Amino acid sequence: MGGKILLANIDIPGIRGFDVYRANGGYNSVTKALREMSQSQVNAEVTRSGLRGRGGAGFPTGLKWSFLDRKSDKPRYLVCNADESEPGTFKDRYLMHHLPHLLIEGLIISSYALGVNTCYIYIRGEFKYLVGVLEKAIKEAHQHGFLGDRILGTDFSLNIWVHPGAGAYICGEETALLESLEGKRGNPRIKPPFPAFKGLYGCPTVVNNVETLAAIGPIINMGGEAYSKVGRGKSTGTKLISACGSINNPGVYEIEMGLPVEDFIYNPEYCGGIARDRYLKAVIPGGSSVPILPAELILNTAKGERRLLTYESLADGDFETGTMLGSGGFIVFDEDACIVRNTWNLTRFYHHESCGQCSPCREGTGWMEKVLYRLEHGEGKKSDIDLLVRIAKNIEGHTICPLGEAAAWPVASAIRHFREEFEEHVLHPAEVIEKERRL
Amino acid sequence: MEHNHIINHPQFTRDGSPVAFTPEVFTKVQALISRYPEGQQKSALLPILHIAQEEFGGHLSVDTMDYVASLLDIQPIEVYEVATFYSMFYLDKVGKYVIEVCHTGPCTISGGEKILKHLQEILEIKSGETTQDGLFTLKEVECLGSCGTGPVMQVNTEYYEKLTPERVDQLIEELRTFANKDKPNDSAWVEKFF
Ligand SMILES: Cc1cc2nc3c(=O)[nH]c(=O)nc-3n(C[C@H](O)[C@H](O)[C@H](O)COP(=O)(O)O)c2cc1C
Ligand code: SF4
Ligand code: FES
Repeated sequence: MGGKILLANIDIPGIRGFDVYRANGGYNSVTKALREMSQSQVNAEVTRSGLRGRGGAGFPTGLKWSFLDRKSDKPRYLVCNADESEPGTFKDRYLMHHLPHLLIEGLIISSYALGVNTCYIYIRGEFKYLVGVLEKAIKEAHQHGFLGDRILGTDFSLNIWVHPGAGAYICGEETALLESLEGKRGNPRIKPPFPAFKGLYGCPTVVNNVETLAAIGPIINMGGEAYSKVGRGKSTGTKLISACGSINNPGVYEIEMGLPVEDFIYNPEYCGGIARDRYLKAVIPGGSSVPILPAELILNTAKGERRLLTYESLADGDFETGTMLGSGGFIVFDEDACIVRNTWNLTRFYHHESCGQCSPCREGTGWMEKVLYRLEHGEGKKSDIDLLVRIAKNIEGHTICPLGEAAAWPVASAIRHFREEFEEHVLHPAEVIEKERRL
Repeated sequence: MEHNHIINHPQFTRDGSPVAFTPEVFTKVQALISRYPEGQQKSALLPILHIAQEEFGGHLSVDTMDYVASLLDIQPIEVYEVATFYSMFYLDKVGKYVIEVCHTGPCTISGGEKILKHLQEILEIKSGETTQDGLFTLKEVECLGSCGTGPVMQVNTEYYEKLTPERVDQLIEELRTFANKDKPNDSAWVEKFF
């Protein structure tokens, strides 16, 4: 597998420890950035690289950094979003588990570029065992002069702290995360003001995903220009895709942006085809929040072009026939999967995770869960299907944070592409239940 | 760091017994608080509640929460509203081992429902209940971030992945044997699969 940027060294024994990591070129980017580059040169390289946020939204990282209020005399913060709780997504865990120093390296350079002296890694509470892994890496970096006061003898000082959450998907949303980091309930804030002006403790703050920040070291090493040549069009570089569901090789893969979806699913280097020789039925390619697509639309766009793993290609066709790259949580369904059951299951997730601040989200997710439950359990009515579509529409665009949409899209897209299956549940409930019992 | 001074005043429960961290744990808590800027000691609330839950019987009683509030110099309500928001904080008594089985989509594709049913059968409890001997509490939780190695469950802080009913039987036996000793450290299991 060529072309790896983040995971290039992952197979080297002992790469989790500082010495082996350093011996393989680790922290060279820090030396380069701090000794040879100004803050604005680092910012310029990141902008040039075309790197886009890997947390889900794909917002250009250089642009986000340029919004940071640098005129304010308040301290600035960098917060690393390691809350990873989107069903189907397990790439950040993999990265932190195997290459903790790659993240630390990225945090140091990013903090330097942003003029930050305190950085927090907000990690989901369930990943408690990783807190130790990260704290060990931080300690090693301190011991070798890459963290703490006057790093490498420069004027730049930085401390990184790991902060565990306590079980709440919504804390992955950046403003909920900041609330949580301040010791409060994870209720998303109304934007504006954006974190770039009023973030943690009301100070200018940048929130970035683990994978985004891990890419900063390699970008400084290879240069933004070279990074931008990897990938395709505006989807530059590589992306970690966590693949799960009915495939032969579940796992985390680093792909060059632009890899055809079909190759990703069937190539033995990646998913290795559908498990138990079944047929591909559907894919949710970017974590549970993005629209589900049936086999024919995930392999080729409605225009008949091959679907590629890029932000643009996956979104081709918008909500009618497209989806999104999202977090890269790639969930594969085979012919035996019941779309109604899966939609009910995911809606239960969103209902459980809704913070409850806005009524369309709090009530809407609850209603959708109830209606889907009754469809799945043979008690549904034909009108329930349109009722679901209406509820989903009423949530969309009427909430404080995007969790509302994240809950609405999976339902709307499942009905759009698999309406017959929902109708089947209404018309022949006994047979459907019997079939599922046997599986 | 010289800010965020805190004093370890014990809190007295209704029956008059004191609740307070041991000096060693208190030192740890002080260090945690010093990670946040002056006046932002409330930021340490989640990390401290994790410690408090571990130290004081596996769940957060009102007395424990009041004690944490007094430590951080915040109102008790500020602790209650946080403790009730996050799923990893337990307000009621739980067993020595809290078994949390993932019931979200990807795990159900790989057989999570079977594992849950199997646990309910061998422990003879429903989800949300605790066995009579106080050893096991069974819970269903949402995605644990291990969807590629499902079915997955977490026992206290350890991950157990690629579960089969046989592996579950074996694990429950191990935990029963370990119950009177220290917690088993099973991170080798994580290493193996992840
Ligand atoms: C409901 C919800 C959950 C989210 N969960 C995560 C998450 O677990 N990890 C993450 O990095 N971003 C998550 N995000 C996106 C963040 O709000 C934010 O956009 C991201 O951390 C920015 O980093 P990036 O620009 O590097 O992608 C979530 C957003 C929403 C609306
Ligand atoms: S959309 Fe849902 S999760 Fe987001 S703020 Fe509103 S209620 Fe909370
Ligand atoms: S769905 Fe079970 S760990 Fe993600």
